[in-house]
Amino acid sequence: MDGFVAIYIFMLAAFTGYEVISRVPVILHTPLMSGSNFVHGVVLVGGMIALGQAETPLEQAIGFVAVLLGAANAAGGYVVTERMLAMFKAKEKN
Amino acid sequence: MAIKWLIDASYFVAAILFILGLKGMSSPVSARKGIVWAGVGMVLATVVTFLTPGMNNFALMIIAIAVGGALAWISGKKVAMTDMPQMVAIYNGMGGGAAAAIAAVEFARGEMHGVVVTLLATLGALIGAVSFAGSVVAWAKLQGVMKKAFRLPAQNGVNILLALVTVGVGAAIVIAPEIDPTLVGAFFVLALVLGTVITLPIGGADMPVVISLFNAFTGLAVGFEGFVMGIPALIIAGIVVGAAGTLLTQLMAKAMNRPISNILFVPMAAAGGGEAVEGEQKEVGAMDAAAMMRYASKVIIVPGYGMAVAGAQHKVWEMTELLEEAGVEVSFAIHPVAGRMPGHMNVLLAEAGVPYDKIFDLEEINGDFPQADVALVIGANDVVNPSARTDKSSPIYGMPILNADLAQNVIVVKRGKGTGYSGIENALFYKDNTRLLYGSAQQAIGEVIQHVKALSV
Repeated sequence: MDGFVAIYIFMLAAFTGYEVISRVPVILHTPLMSGSNFVHGVVLVGGMIALGQAETPLEQAIGFVAVLLGAANAAGGYVVTERMLAMFKAKEKN
Repeated sequence: MAIKWLIDASYFVAAILFILGLKGMSSPVSARKGIVWAGVGMVLATVVTFLTPGMNNFALMIIAIAVGGALAWISGKKVAMTDMPQMVAIYNGMGGGAAAAIAAVEFARGEMHGVVVTLLATLGALIGAVSFAGSVVAWAKLQGVMKKAFRLPAQNGVNILLALVTVGVGAAIVIAPEIDPTLVGAFFVLALVLGTVITLPIGGADMPVVISLFNAFTGLAVGFEGFVMGIPALIIAGIVVGAAGTLLTQLMAKAMNRPISNILFVPMAAAGGGEAVEGEQKEVGAMDAAAMMRYASKVIIVPGYGMAVAGAQHKVWEMTELLEEAGVEVSFAIHPVAGRMPGHMNVLLAEAGVPYDKIFDLEEINGDFPQADVALVIGANDVVNPSARTDKSSPIYGMPILNADLAQNVIVVKRGKGTGYSGIENALFYKDNTRLLYGSAQQAIGEVIQHVKALSV
């Protein structure tokens, strides 16, 4: 990837992240931290590609760990966030 | 080529879904939709990755996803609401570990070209490994596996020296013309030790900020590894989380009036214990506490970590409803860093069914304490310590606190006479108008409920 294109992506993504969170009420801080924790679970995709290209047993072993941890980050992050937000939903009905 | 296009387009859609999802999560109305959108993005990105040309090891891949995903899914479903902070910490640590492992695979393959790519891979590995080790320590502390804060002699010196050595080894890897396996191995060990050593001395009061900081770290690590692997979806998701997490960390540190560097390098206990507090703690029984609140006109409840540990939020809401039936005006005062994460108390009260309009932030409610007949402090400590306003030698001097001490009467529900997680004496507990109700929040509030019921008949 072209170096400058990457820097532009970095910059725009950083502004996006900053803007997205700047209007969050305190009440949603924990779910949001949990939700952003889920989003970086996309590291799973990187782990899959790393494992897919692995050749030696060492590379395979480390790649396996990467996918294992990435999958746990994504799955755990989703469940925990969903459970927290479900409570907010239930309460609005009252 | 069509496959390649499909994969790139799917990653693009996934990146949009992640950003929309995070945006959705910033409002209570759309929050649930937000996590579902982000979830759809994640499934899409994962599924199309299987189509990537030239990949092997599919069996290993599927086993790893099934095992890692299932274990995390089940543990996430089973964990009690009160243990959520440490679960977020551990899942976050796993993400950091995954980013570091990706860098390790790339190092092992030895096919990284160019200084920039090697630099970002090394940075990502460093940040990811620190986040992994630090998050595991944070989890162990909150889970109660690790009870005390450990301090090395000359902790700050050790931290700085270790960080310098780690960065030095990292620089050597980047500069070297060939990847040196010994250097890489040493680098990962150093980074893991660094993450552990930095986190060990940090006390419980600072834990929310630390978890948030590691969350931002993991985001950055993921973004950097995304650049190394040439996957824009990883870069965008990682950097967005890195920026959002950094802002959230700043907001929390600001609420505590402590720069982030202070939290990392001058742990509370090291800053000195503050003035000795005079007087003694005066005990009150559940019956008297019940009577004080039942015949009050305004009660403000200040929940803290003690309520979370005891899982007493349902009891607290039951008591609140009884008091309101008796005509008492009850509101909840939430300190930004009460508990172990920002919003921790809000989540627990929401679980118990407390309506939003009874819950107030620090700025909203601090002026109301002098008019309150009773301030009921449930397992909160530092966030109501008046020394933060008055005692310049106190380690928490200057931190905004809830002025519970200004209420006509203060009842503190507390397990024992100790100083709590941060180890700082609390002048509030010794004031003339303060009474202590000893016991776990669950049991103490349960007894108060019985007595309030008896008074209402």
